[in-house]
Amino acid sequence: MNPATTARYHALLEELRCLVCQNESLAESNADLAEDLRTQIREMMARGASNKQVIHFLVARYGDFVLYRPPFKPITYLLWLTPFLLGLAGLIALMYRIRLRARHKDIPLSSQEQRRLRELLNGDNKD
Amino acid sequence: MTRYLLPVCVFLILVAFLAIGLYRDPSLVPSPLINKSAPDFTLPQLQNPARKLSERDLTGKVSLVNVWASWCGACYQEHPVLVALARSKQVLIYGLNWKDQRAPAMKWLESYGDPYAAVAFDEYGKVGVNWGVYGAPETFVVDRHGIIRYKQVGPLTADDLENTILPLIKRLQEG
Repeated sequence: MNPATTARYHALLEELRCLVCQNESLAESNADLAEDLRTQIREMMARGASNKQVIHFLVARYGDFVLYRPPFKPITYLLWLTPFLLGLAGLIALMYRIRLRARHKDIPLSSQEQRRLRELLNGDNKD
Repeated sequence: MTRYLLPVCVFLILVAFLAIGLYRDPSLVPSPLINKSAPDFTLPQLQNPARKLSERDLTGKVSLVNVWASWCGACYQEHPVLVALARSKQVLIYGLNWKDQRAPAMKWLESYGDPYAAVAFDEYGKVGVNWGVYGAPETFVVDRHGIIRYKQVGPLTADDLENTILPLIKRLQEG
């Protein structure tokens, strides 16, 4: 394989999960199956297979779980979008509370409340 | 009081999702081959290398394809279940001897019993890759049209047979 393909091969291995030791990529895993799949992928790429073709080959046999990056499809919409939706919801809630507080600020104090305020501000030597 | 209602609800929903997640086993990878044709293969038979086994042998009747190896402890665990099942003659069981060597594999069957109608010898696991095999034992239920209907990852227990596998086989044999 030429240097470009070799680089592509190594990069792709990092994106693929070893199904035996599931927190390791195909690049890192020492499992037998990982070695077999590395050999298989190397052979495919040496014969000119693109990343897409290799990925298609593996997903057809092992499913989406072999990819570290879950694909964006209907079943994973919630997985991908929930962080943004929650962030958006939080932002909206925040803006709502700020606006609420701002509205309350415009209500002027009654004369009773003004007297109480003055007492409190002047009378800290009482306590 | 009611201002706490929303965060508590959100928290409870989160707890529900997390609880469901904790009870799922991530090592059980679902197979994309369910309801697809069994992958083509041609392999020599274990005990008789001159004879071959292929996906064509999986048509005409419902069968199980059991992936096993002589070095696999869990395969030893499930083996009596398979031997008993074969003896009951409810379904044919084919073996896929995965990443193994002939001599130890044949010895293993001699020692522990041979429930298989035939065993395909997949020495390097190349056929296993096409079937999405990532460990042993695994068992596939194949219908009479050669379509994979179910995959079990891990050893078969008598409960699995009774609750899941046998009812499915019955359904496939009748339908």
